[in-house]
Amino acid sequence: MTYIVKPKLHHPSLPKNDLGFTRRDYEGRISTLCAGCGHDSISAAIIQACWELSIQPHRLAKISGIGCSSKTPDYFLSQSHGFNSVHGRMPSVLTGANLANRDLIYLGVSGDGDSASIGLGQFAHSIRRGVNMSYIVENNGVYGLTKGQFSATSDKGSKSKKGVENTESGIDLVALALQLGATYVGRSFSGDKDQLVPLIKGAVSHHGPAFLDVISPCVAFNNHAGSTKSFDYVREHNEAVNRLDVILGRAPITTEYRPGELREVTQHDGSVLRLRKLHDDYDPTNRIAAANYLQERHAEGEIVTGLLFVDPDATDLHDRLGTTAQPLNQLGASDLTPGAQALAKINAGLR
Amino acid sequence: MVGHASRRGRALQATDISRPEYFLKVVDCQLACPAHTPVPEYIRLIADGRYTDAYMINWKSNVFPGILGRTCDRPCEPACRRGRVEEEPVAICRLKRVAADNKSDISARLPKAAPKNGKKIACIGAGPASLTVARDLAPLGYEVHVYDADKKAGGMIRSQIPRFRLPEEVIDEEVGYITALGPVMHLERRIDSLKSLLKEGYDAIFVGTGAPRGRDLDLPGRKEAAANIHIGIDWLSNVSFEHTNKIGRRVIVLGGGNTAMDCCRTARRLGGEDVKVIVRSGFEEMKASPWEKEDAIGEDIPILNYLVPKAFIHEGGRLTGMTFEKVKAEKDAKGRRQLVPTGEPDQHFECDDVLVAVGQENAFPWIERDIGMAFDKWDMPVVHQETMQSTIPNVFFGGDAAFGPKNIIWAVAHGHSAAVSIDMFLNDQDIAVRPPPGVTVISQKMGIHEWSYDNDIANDRRYKVPHRDKAQSLKDVKAEVELGFDQGLGFKEAQRCLNCDVQTVFTAKVCIECDACVDICPMDCITFTDDGEEAELRTRLKAPALNLGQDLYVADGLPTGRVMVKDEDVCLHCGLCAERCPTGAWDMQKYLIDITQAGPKCRTR
Repeated sequence: MTYIVKPKLHHPSLPKNDLGFTRRDYEGRISTLCAGCGHDSISAAIIQACWELSIQPHRLAKISGIGCSSKTPDYFLSQSHGFNSVHGRMPSVLTGANLANRDLIYLGVSGDGDSASIGLGQFAHSIRRGVNMSYIVENNGVYGLTKGQFSATSDKGSKSKKGVENTESGIDLVALALQLGATYVGRSFSGDKDQLVPLIKGAVSHHGPAFLDVISPCVAFNNHAGSTKSFDYVREHNEAVNRLDVILGRAPITTEYRPGELREVTQHDGSVLRLRKLHDDYDPTNRIAAANYLQERHAEGEIVTGLLFVDPDATDLHDRLGTTAQPLNQLGASDLTPGAQALAKINAGLR
Repeated sequence: MVGHASRRGRALQATDISRPEYFLKVVDCQLACPAHTPVPEYIRLIADGRYTDAYMINWKSNVFPGILGRTCDRPCEPACRRGRVEEEPVAICRLKRVAADNKSDISARLPKAAPKNGKKIACIGAGPASLTVARDLAPLGYEVHVYDADKKAGGMIRSQIPRFRLPEEVIDEEVGYITALGPVMHLERRIDSLKSLLKEGYDAIFVGTGAPRGRDLDLPGRKEAAANIHIGIDWLSNVSFEHTNKIGRRVIVLGGGNTAMDCCRTARRLGGEDVKVIVRSGFEEMKASPWEKEDAIGEDIPILNYLVPKAFIHEGGRLTGMTFEKVKAEKDAKGRRQLVPTGEPDQHFECDDVLVAVGQENAFPWIERDIGMAFDKWDMPVVHQETMQSTIPNVFFGGDAAFGPKNIIWAVAHGHSAAVSIDMFLNDQDIAVRPPPGVTVISQKMGIHEWSYDNDIANDRRYKVPHRDKAQSLKDVKAEVELGFDQGLGFKEAQRCLNCDVQTVFTAKVCIECDACVDICPMDCITFTDDGEEAELRTRLKAPALNLGQDLYVADGLPTGRVMVKDEDVCLHCGLCAERCPTGAWDMQKYLIDITQAGPKCRTR
């Protein structure tokens, strides 16, 4: 673990975003994870994405559970709200926070242990309820903090560092999220920030339950031959379906594309997801086709990455519950205690 | 594969870090120093309280650490990387003085005279260049004879630098270390014929006679008012040797170099109450170091610019003032900067004395033109830039005598080069083939995240050197103005050094391309990308590499076929890339680069 503080000095040409912040202003404390951990790259991607989106740090809440991945909110966005909750319980805490204050941006950070084992139920219900959040799983397929046992997302047939084969089926969180109704689903790789940063930006600006499965090699316990989540394996089997640009507002197209190469998805709030297609027949707005494609490629041993599914007309939990538009913490005494007359009216309505 | 293979330009040559020049260039201060003093090495020793060790590194490299620590022109400081990552460079020069002020007795560490080798060397002039030659050659067994017209050795260090900047004890001490090595000192002995010296049987002669002639201004009134018009360097030397101890109340100093700054500040101490510096060109274009201008202004000396001297005004054989033509800077048709009259009326300034410090030149009336030495069109001897050899093979030049007025540190550097040449020449070596520097490489890794240098970057801004109270300073021409950093301030300033000699060394074959170094680097120096030509590559790095004076460190042989590119420009040498590297592909290695001096190491062929 590194003991020194990352120097405050930065590159003289470091650009500033619309708020006047540099990327360095979105950093957190120095990581205590193992050197080379994929999670640190994901933290760097989150920092980059939030800087590019000019997010006001105090408008974002980062919520996590327990595990290597759940430690990472300490390493980015130091000026934001944070809640390091109980193992596997990030989704409940996030849902509660979101219900209490719908105005914040919610970033749920979890791992394969936290979301696919102890918190699988929590994961499933937060997605199916449609909480407006960006749920990021930093997926290394291994229990790193307890020294390298297979996790629930380890692929059947993959090998541990000591050469033992995994005989149990792995959970594919992307497939689950698609089935459970997530309205923005993507998969990426910690070693490919060009792909990951736009996916995070898209998730953060999406209105509805957005889920990202980010494969993140564990250099200490799962980066060997026989692992299906090592740097080498992921690089060799990465099957990207598209490349994403996130446009807030309507920016002109500056790059030249071949006919049919570009696909634009305009979301409900007017933001545009501009997708450079890498597979001609892949349609990211078709949930069933996405699920099928995923299964097919998985059977071939490929890891499908990119923006796999997006519902441009997504809604969230608040829309469906018809909750008050004002965050609960901003409601005044007269809203919260409307008085005996209001109660009598409600009671009358129930008779 | 993740689609890297597409944009493949012509490959850039991978960096060969085994060439000493590569990492020497990264140590900006050391490269900028004419003597290539290993600056970060001695600054670390100062931080460690090892002042004597720090002093000896300096002494070996620049011969006069106490003197230079007060007077150096500091070419190292504008080069310092710290100046590119925050506002001000490390106060390298004044840290050198900390080593000199706090060292203990060094006599046991000085070289001992070797048995005589039977060869005799003459050094003409006892200034910094000649004394460097004597210091380098005397311990090797050469019989060195030093000739100087003055009573004491030191040359311009003693005659021209005012005592309030450099106390005489410091000169005595550091000149004394050299005279103790046994050169034969022929003081008060002016050499007035090279021809006859050549006949005295010296195996080699070194000319280090400086640039002793101050330029004059031939303007109307110069002759009539001569009693109150003084040539700057001569006047300074008269003050140093206590032949002059007063000046008029109102003084005009002409010239914008460091000599002018010394003149005006000295005048303030000898009774000058209304002292002003007047320069032809702009304030920014002045040759004086910024800190010397600052010190002069701090002593209530205004600097007036864009005024070209026109005439000395006198009355009854006495100087009463000077007139100046007002000019402005304009670009001519070819884009050259020129001073043109503004057309405003001439300005008149009253004064009692004028000090003329408009430049100095070297002059060789004592070198006969019929002895076979080639002179160029400016009537200066032809001297080789690197070997310091003249066209008479055993006559060498150095210091201001070689290529015109420079400064002490250049004189020292010339002295070292000439000493190497003389030593090689007298040992039948080809002096054109210069000896390579010695390079010592030491990994700084002590443990998983422990390094044998302090890699924690200090955020402190540059500390100011404490000054003596101004009223007190101005009363006494010998009272040193700068008090120097004490040990505490010296430590804090030393901590600002970025240890640029501790290099980031990359081994591609163990790299797994996890991006940990890219993510942690505070300066965005590192990029993994497709190979390409340098100019194009510089534009698509994590941060644009716009400083073309700094190299890109390129390594190939990575699993994905990409290249690692590190822009050396603003690297803090904090070692975080190596700390966060899981495979040890990055290591922090100290490259101590030691310029080879005269002695067995330069005679290996």
